[in-house]
Amino acid sequence: MSERAAIAPRALVAGHADFAVGLVSAVQQITGRGDVFVTLSGRDLSGADIEAAVRRVVQERGITVVFTDLQAGSCTMAARKALRDHADHVLVVGANLPMLIDFVFADQVPATEAARHALERGRSAIALMGGRA
Amino acid sequence: MTLILNRIDDRLIHGQVVVGWGQPFDVRFIVLVDDEVARSDWEQELYRMGTPPDMEVFFYTLDAAVGALPAYRDDARPGILLTGDVASMLRLVTDASVRDVNIGGIHHRPDRRQRLRYVFLSPGEEALLKQMVERGAAVSARDVPASNPVDLRALLESETVAR
Repeated sequence: MSERAAIAPRALVAGHADFAVGLVSAVQQITGRGDVFVTLSGRDLSGADIEAAVRRVVQERGITVVFTDLQAGSCTMAARKALRDHADHVLVVGANLPMLIDFVFADQVPATEAARHALERGRSAIALMGGRA
Repeated sequence: MTLILNRIDDRLIHGQVVVGWGQPFDVRFIVLVDDEVARSDWEQELYRMGTPPDMEVFFYTLDAAVGALPAYRDDARPGILLTGDVASMLRLVTDASVRDVNIGGIHHRPDRRQRLRYVFLSPGEEALLKQMVERGAAVSARDVPASNPVDLRALLESETVAR
């Protein structure tokens, strides 16, 4: 079996504390393809610094998709500002593991299209089990 | 109820504010004082989208906030006052009788020295914070309700200590 070539990152995952690193490490463990993502933590950074970091990743890595954790979070705010002038880029808020795994395997379609599909997968993967009404 | 928190935070509205303080205190409105945001419909929409539907956000320039704050203090609902910098909060201490100041987040800049994990201050900002105390305000740092407040004296004596 031949070795798989390194994958160019296709998306940025950003969020509070170790959210991004944690999610992507889980993606890596399950799929072996954590290198699809670049991670960013907003920990101890100002909003302006987070925004600058997002801009840098988007420009230098050619990334068109950003996943964040919380709608009110500073990474989401910063990403919205950084992507304001990129109408062809997408931001997905409320990222979860099923969503990122789906994104990883949709590598035959453009990243923004993969993100839209991943959003639906992530949404449908949420379930409540057990308990009493 | 009234304004339960008068906070300096250079991120303005974000997770700690909306969730960390907002949920346990059932915060129903935020008064955001920032000249740049007050003049930008796009930025206002950005911050509104970051808050839950039952939490209102009101935007003011610094000058306009001075006259507007008494009405929010009399509001029956719990609310949060936010500024993005120390100088703006000093103005509200001086001209709008703010008496309790929370330093929630002032992050790294080359001219600032780290005092806490989430507080970096320039010499000029330290002087402004001392002026707040001289004018009768209680000033302390606290990022979220679950952490212990650090009063200004202890804050200015601390050196790059993670708390």
